[in-house]
Amino acid sequence: MSGIRLENVFKAYGDATVVRDLSLTIPQGEFFTLLGPSGSGKTTTLSIIAGFTMADRGRVFINGRDATRAEPRERGLGMVFQNYAIFPHLNVFENVAFPLTVKKVPKLEIAKRVADALEMVKLTGFERRYARQLSGGQQQRVALARAIVAHPPIVLMDEPLGALDKNLRYHMQMEIKEISTRLGMTVVYVTHDQEEALTMSDRIAIMNGGVIAQMGPPREVYERPQSAFVAKFLGEANLIRVERQSGCLVGPGSLPVRAGEDNGSLQKGQLFLRPEKVTLCDPGTGEAGCTLRGKVHQVAFLGNVIRFEVELEDGTIILSDVANAAGIKNFPVGAAVDVTWLPEHARLLED
Amino acid sequence: MPLGPLAKWLLLAPAVALLLVLFLTPVGWFISASLMELGSWQDIWDEVAAVMGTGVIVRSIINTNGISLAVTLLTLVIGYPVAYAMTRARGLTFTLILVCVVLPYFTSTIVRTYAWMVILGRNGIINQLLLGMGLVDEPLQLMYNRLGVLIGMTYVLLPYMVLTLFATMKSVDGRLLQAAAGMGARPMTIFTRVFFPLTFHGVMAGSLIVYILAMGFFITPALMGGPGDLMMAMLIEREVELSHNWPVAAIMTIILLVITLSLYAVYTRFSDSSEERLA
Repeated sequence: MSGIRLENVFKAYGDATVVRDLSLTIPQGEFFTLLGPSGSGKTTTLSIIAGFTMADRGRVFINGRDATRAEPRERGLGMVFQNYAIFPHLNVFENVAFPLTVKKVPKLEIAKRVADALEMVKLTGFERRYARQLSGGQQQRVALARAIVAHPPIVLMDEPLGALDKNLRYHMQMEIKEISTRLGMTVVYVTHDQEEALTMSDRIAIMNGGVIAQMGPPREVYERPQSAFVAKFLGEANLIRVERQSGCLVGPGSLPVRAGEDNGSLQKGQLFLRPEKVTLCDPGTGEAGCTLRGKVHQVAFLGNVIRFEVELEDGTIILSDVANAAGIKNFPVGAAVDVTWLPEHARLLED
Repeated sequence: MPLGPLAKWLLLAPAVALLLVLFLTPVGWFISASLMELGSWQDIWDEVAAVMGTGVIVRSIINTNGISLAVTLLTLVIGYPVAYAMTRARGLTFTLILVCVVLPYFTSTIVRTYAWMVILGRNGIINQLLLGMGLVDEPLQLMYNRLGVLIGMTYVLLPYMVLTLFATMKSVDGRLLQAAAGMGARPMTIFTRVFFPLTFHGVMAGSLIVYILAMGFFITPALMGGPGDLMMAMLIEREVELSHNWPVAAIMTIILLVITLSLYAVYTRFSDSSEERLA
């Protein structure tokens, strides 16, 4: 069996538990992202996989072998570090060649593989430069080339794009994704940027407080969060307080609301709705069961999207993102509106 | 906060003034007054040629550089592991090493040299120990020879090397070492390929400091050396105190100064280019 498996991994520093009995399986070839706020344990988890941190309990399997106590160098992983960790005393060629030279690969072979890796990250011609002569994006590419030059089946990446500006980030996201697919690599990617996680991953594990709050493909975790934390962490979310009265959910203004997959077990909770699933219409025209009343509090023009903030009777603010397409209806600030959605887009979450 | 050129000069002024009054003026006065005794430029030049041709002086120049080089290498070999241990040590261990390294600093060279004489002398601790254990039949000559000079000077100069190396090692980014381990490097490879190259400018700086300080050593070789260990500073002192031959002393001072400054010049050129690379 290839890929990575963690079994009940536990790590604490003194009284602070960083990773709490974490288990997960990452099959060969998957782009797997650990996403979470700082302090959620995602970097520690990566460090345990890499072997820089030893777990207090639990086991780590890499490509089917028990690697719990193995030295980092015995694990055969490629790695891209947050600060790139480019050796300042070596030039680009020597940096990229490093994983091969320490394994005593023949010189000719090294030259060929470094050239291939540099071509893949579009840095051919930069062999003799030093890190200080490179831009942030170029340094990132050197780090990437160095991580893949030895053709490791698994590559770990610790917030590799954190230091880049937005445009370059998007560009590099595409490149990393493209290269990892082409080489069939298993990638474990750590980030706190939800957009990055959604764009790149086959599967995302959202971590909070040392445990996985939810794990699944990007679309699933985005559209069907199982907790308010996940809902809010993965982009904008409307969370509307609701409670069950004689079997029916009731929202602000005593209006009935329905949620998809509601099995009736929760007596109260929060109704989750993504802003782009919420539409506005004239008062009284919304369909009963998925409509709330309020008035427009603010309108923000975001270019491709117009964001309406609607204040409900009880003061709850609901966001509605409307695509700035031809013929959309404009609602001025202060106008009374119905806020409406499709029942399957609403989910009931525990408080 | 960036400083204007004027502010920078103002901050430098006290140090410059101090150097001017306490170092440049007396040395300048000593050299010029001494050489003036000789008369014309031609006479001075002839005297320089004569000094450079004197066997005892040439030998002392060679001795001085030989001893300085040996002491530099010894402090480096001993100091590098100590400095490395300091970067790894925490809490009490660190304090202990630091105290051991720095405490001798606070004691005068002459006291430390006499202490070594107690240890290394014919009836010193080491010889009594070796005789007592029956390892030797008669006391070893540990002093009044080159060995004594090297032991004494290495000891006195070791803190300079250790502290310089420690400062450099402390600034090495630990994540680079971790990265190297993650890329499959063994501890020895990490040291030779990453750690040592990254501390190399510290090795050069420490060596230069020790070498330059060793060049001017006087007390230790005078007390612990033999007749063959005449160093330039000792010869200068002898010319001034015994022979009252100030011109020769001045010329030797200039030679010493020229060697030191050339070493420094080579070092700055070297460190400029390497620092630029690391920046």
